[in-house]
Amino acid sequence: MITLNHYLFLGALLFVIGIFGIFLNRKNVIVMLMSIELILLAVNVNFIAFSVYLGDLVGQVFTLFILTVAAAEAAIGLAIIVCFFRNRGTIAVEDVNVMKG
Amino acid sequence: MLIDSLVALSPEIMLSIYSMVVVMVGVFSKTKSMDVSLLWLSCLMFCFISLIIALTEPSDIYAFNGAFKLDGFSQFFKIVILLSSGLILAMSKDYLSRYNLLNFEYSALICLSVVGMMIMVSASNLMAVYLGLELQSLSLYVIAAFRRDSLKSTEAGLKYFVLGALSSGLFLYGASLVYGFTGTTGFEEISGVILDEGLSTGVLFGLIFILGGMAFKVSAVPFHMWTPDVYEGSPTPVTTFFAIVPKLAAIAMLARLLFVPFGNAISEWQQILVFLSISSMLIGSIAAIGQSNIKRLMAYSSISHIGFALIGLTVGSSEGLSAVIIYMFIYVIANFGVFAFILNMQRDGVSVTDISSLSLYSRVNSIRAFCLSLIILSLAGLPPLVGFFGKVFIFKAAINSGFVPLVIVGGLSSVIGAFYYLRMVYLIYFGEVSDRLGGSMPFINQVVLTTSAIAVTLGSINLFGIQGFVSVISTTFLG
Repeated sequence: MITLNHYLFLGALLFVIGIFGIFLNRKNVIVMLMSIELILLAVNVNFIAFSVYLGDLVGQVFTLFILTVAAAEAAIGLAIIVCFFRNRGTIAVEDVNVMKG
Repeated sequence: MLIDSLVALSPEIMLSIYSMVVVMVGVFSKTKSMDVSLLWLSCLMFCFISLIIALTEPSDIYAFNGAFKLDGFSQFFKIVILLSSGLILAMSKDYLSRYNLLNFEYSALICLSVVGMMIMVSASNLMAVYLGLELQSLSLYVIAAFRRDSLKSTEAGLKYFVLGALSSGLFLYGASLVYGFTGTTGFEEISGVILDEGLSTGVLFGLIFILGGMAFKVSAVPFHMWTPDVYEGSPTPVTTFFAIVPKLAAIAMLARLLFVPFGNAISEWQQILVFLSISSMLIGSIAAIGQSNIKRLMAYSSISHIGFALIGLTVGSSEGLSAVIIYMFIYVIANFGVFAFILNMQRDGVSVTDISSLSLYSRVNSIRAFCLSLIILSLAGLPPLVGFFGKVFIFKAAINSGFVPLVIVGGLSSVIGAFYYLRMVYLIYFGEVSDRLGGSMPFINQVVLTTSAIAVTLGSINLFGIQGFVSVISTTFLG
């Protein structure tokens, strides 16, 4: 029997993988984009599980909004990466270092 | 019912329709002069909409089943956001045309992000908050990378995008936990559930994640890494926009999030905010000392100012809230002056942003040098100027609620901060002889610089007369 806790655990796991993907990844900016999608996916899993558990539709509506925004965000992210690639010639994370912060 | 909601939200709807019109007109006309006229038209539009908002009687209206709440608080912030955005567009025209950046996309993106900020300010439901936040952030990612041929600008856009998306993820995860453990996304309903059942662990974790996401947006310290890079890399008009408008919207939204849904969990979020504000104030003022780029310096300066504003929110009283509003208002006025100057820092027609180029600016133009010094001293919080009174209000509210350690750290960090502000004034008057900055400055920027200098001086007499008004707003907001 799959209970709410299983879904929440899956959501938390995906979320943590996403966060680590952003911070530990030293190779490629595209991987960061994938990690961001993973984080949003984790949130969606959470929302849907809660929505079913509570018998309340708001969570599913929220998920639809998140999906839409995630698509827009991926489009904008890829566009920025293309611009960056044209100027720098690479999208390796360690080369995003013109300004030291 | 629907008609009432549409009428209540008509300013936002008008502005979003207008920005779509800008895109269509811009795409089909293709002439440079049209881009310029769209920029001025957008300025007018901002003024017109703020006039509409100012003329409506302030009253508590709920729209779209409680997803939006229109009250005096949101009204005030919307007016300030609209007027500042209009002024920034007008100020940046000269810089944009100098670098061949004056495209219609700029006006359209600024309009869309302003719509997002107006939604953020009046949102009263986690879903509306998220959509407003994303509309604002997505537009800001693009204008950070607006100078497509510049490596620095695209890198700023990339960094802002990755960290901004991460912060939205944190916010959303928190929102999902709050939804799951309270069963609702409406602010007032969440507050009611917390009042009835107490704060469960799930909601507490949700609150922490939401605060983490919001700390990114206001650039409070553990989440401030993007600020200096984005400020440095973006084109200066965009930096001006970043330094002023999204900060206002994010602080207003943070205030609503803390006081309305989590108003009954005040002792929990106070601990988090104490940490955020102490670290922002200290790191903002210490890290600024080593900076040689004036845009980076302004980034650290804004981090430390946000730290001060967070003290006012930590206090959790209406006195603290009105101190925050006044502090942010003063911050906006002083930043307008500084950025009106930075936008025109150029030597032989090339823009420069290193602090050492301020050297002996007093010999280039003594009046502007004097105005700039006054504004910088007000940012530092020197007594006769209005920046000092902003800090006094914050400190007074903190002492009245027993947050003396915060006040001590605040005082300490303003002393540290005074060092780099005073060094700028020192350079302006007694710097080394070097290539000086050019003397030309467009009329609008001169007016903004002078007005801001006069405002920070005369404002200390009656605080622009907003004090009574602001305290009414914050009392009704909390009451």
